[in-house]
Amino acid sequence: MMHWIILPVVLPALLAPLIGFVMRHDMTLTRTASVAGTLLLFAISLGLVLLAADGETHVYRLGDWPAPFGIVLVLDRLSALMVVLTAALAVIVLIHAIASGWDARGWHFHTLFQFQLMGVCGAFLTGDVFNLFVFFEVLLIASYGLMIHAGGTRRIQAGLQYVVANLAGSTLFLFALGAIYASTGTLNLADLAVRVAELPREEAGLVRVAAMLLLVVFAVKAALFPVQFWLPGTYSNAPAPVAALFAIMTKVGAYAILRVHATAFGPEVPATGDLVGDWLFPAAIVTIAIGAFGVLGARRVMPLISFSVIGSMGTLLLAIASFSPGATTAALYYLVHSTFAAACLFLVADLVVTRRGSDLLNAMPATAQNGLFAALFFGAAIGMAGMPPLSGFLGKLLILDALRAPEVMPWAWTAILVGSLLTIVGFARAGSELFWKSTSIPLPVASPGEAAVDAAVVPATPGATPLEIAPAVLTIAALVGLAAFAGPVAGYLEDTAIQLFDRAQYIGAVLTTGGEG
Amino acid sequence: MEIIVASAIGVLTAGGVYLILRLRTFPVILGLAMLSYAVNVFLFASGRLAIDQSPILSKYADISYTDPLPQALVLTAIVISFGMTAVLVMIGLGAYLEAGDDHIDLDGSEPEAGKDGTA
Repeated sequence: MMHWIILPVVLPALLAPLIGFVMRHDMTLTRTASVAGTLLLFAISLGLVLLAADGETHVYRLGDWPAPFGIVLVLDRLSALMVVLTAALAVIVLIHAIASGWDARGWHFHTLFQFQLMGVCGAFLTGDVFNLFVFFEVLLIASYGLMIHAGGTRRIQAGLQYVVANLAGSTLFLFALGAIYASTGTLNLADLAVRVAELPREEAGLVRVAAMLLLVVFAVKAALFPVQFWLPGTYSNAPAPVAALFAIMTKVGAYAILRVHATAFGPEVPATGDLVGDWLFPAAIVTIAIGAFGVLGARRVMPLISFSVIGSMGTLLLAIASFSPGATTAALYYLVHSTFAAACLFLVADLVVTRRGSDLLNAMPATAQNGLFAALFFGAAIGMAGMPPLSGFLGKLLILDALRAPEVMPWAWTAILVGSLLTIVGFARAGSELFWKSTSIPLPVASPGEAAVDAAVVPATPGATPLEIAPAVLTIAALVGLAAFAGPVAGYLEDTAIQLFDRAQYIGAVLTTGGEG
Repeated sequence: MEIIVASAIGVLTAGGVYLILRLRTFPVILGLAMLSYAVNVFLFASGRLAIDQSPILSKYADISYTDPLPQALVLTAIVISFGMTAVLVMIGLGAYLEAGDDHIDLDGSEPEAGKDGTA
């Protein structure tokens, strides 16, 4: 049996306690192990992409139990793509966390970081809905620790809010799983797809409830209206590298909607029909509006970026809502793009905010390397807002092109285009406050108030070292690469989307006994 | 039997939701605990209610058995919710000790804005 598939889960799971218990007193050793482990994860995930590139659905049976009875991990193009995205983001974020010293401001950053990777990779790979719940809990409990890393009153308060929102979400998840098990008698995703498809519409009330409950649960993760309220407070108060890593967490929700609802509760299933898409679509439109107005109204940098993340999730889910291979191709392209764009914004903002000492959007004396930061922020902002030449423009173009059906086009196009315009205005305002107006202010005699407030946060470093800038440059390079190789990438994503909607192949691969064993 | 279990789940859920909406640490922790009890009972019921039956197949007698899978699910859910409650209590305590009050929402308190002297 191919054991490679489970390695993205096992490697961080083994490394995390090793770092936490054995290496915790030696920062250099901890950092080396964490970086080495994450690089290894990246290499493994590249191998998995190659493995999945043949178009087969690879199944890993834990304990070699056949599918509906045992838990399976499933590797296809989509899960390979998500795992490699996670690993790439993790490498970048880890470099930033180490270079900026965030990881040394509290205990167990690297342990929690590895557990977080374990949960995210597991959620992307699993083929069992209850197992998905377990991996959600793994990634959540690690994220609680990361969220309040380095402490501080406001961060812990925001962390408490985040924990409560997600615990309520987890409870809902269990209710949904109970309803699914009561009505279909299975929790294996492929088996579920078979059973739900067999249910006549009249007897499917409970299944429809379960499908909507699951949608709400995944919407909490994906920050979809009306359960997006936790995101701005959480992301803007989390340590910046953690917020950048959380860029993949919202995508876990989007992935789960795509995977579970496209496989088991898709539009061609009589039991659910268009139910999910019909609710997802208006919610995504409102989400875009909230994101855009939030960007426009934010008075601080971190909430501004958080609201732009909400707006990008709205755009992404708008494309997902149509549950068709064409729109999903566009959605996947935009998903990869928005992950790097959001991470880049948080990383650049961290460089700026730690030097300014406050994330308020007001004119303050220019920091060292003002021009460099301005250029990086500009690059990240046009990526996020969806302006050419970066990949955000192509992503939004693909989504607009996919949403041409006459009944969705007016709403979707208006929301995306107006939302993009408002986002551009918001970012332009923020950029000019942060970088332009600041150059016209003379240096005051060290504002004592701020120095006292954030003395712990503001190191006396005037400029950023190349290692601190490298992660932000890497993410922008990823956006450029995504735009430059848009053709091949879109081709691969189209194959991915077609494979996702080829339910017969997925079901056949998972439920046949033997398989690759 | 069914009506007792169903109303127990309903009452626990209603109480849990009410307590969570209080948005103060202690009621919210209790509310989440009640919700997780409700969901545990609900998961049990998802395997159909059966009395006096073991969850194990007997090879000696052709007796009926109760579905073992929900029991495994409930066990997992109990372990996870227990751990999560402990984490929540610790973070809640930390927030209370740091901030001096036990409100969970962030609205209305912008301490850093005041310190910055602007905004």
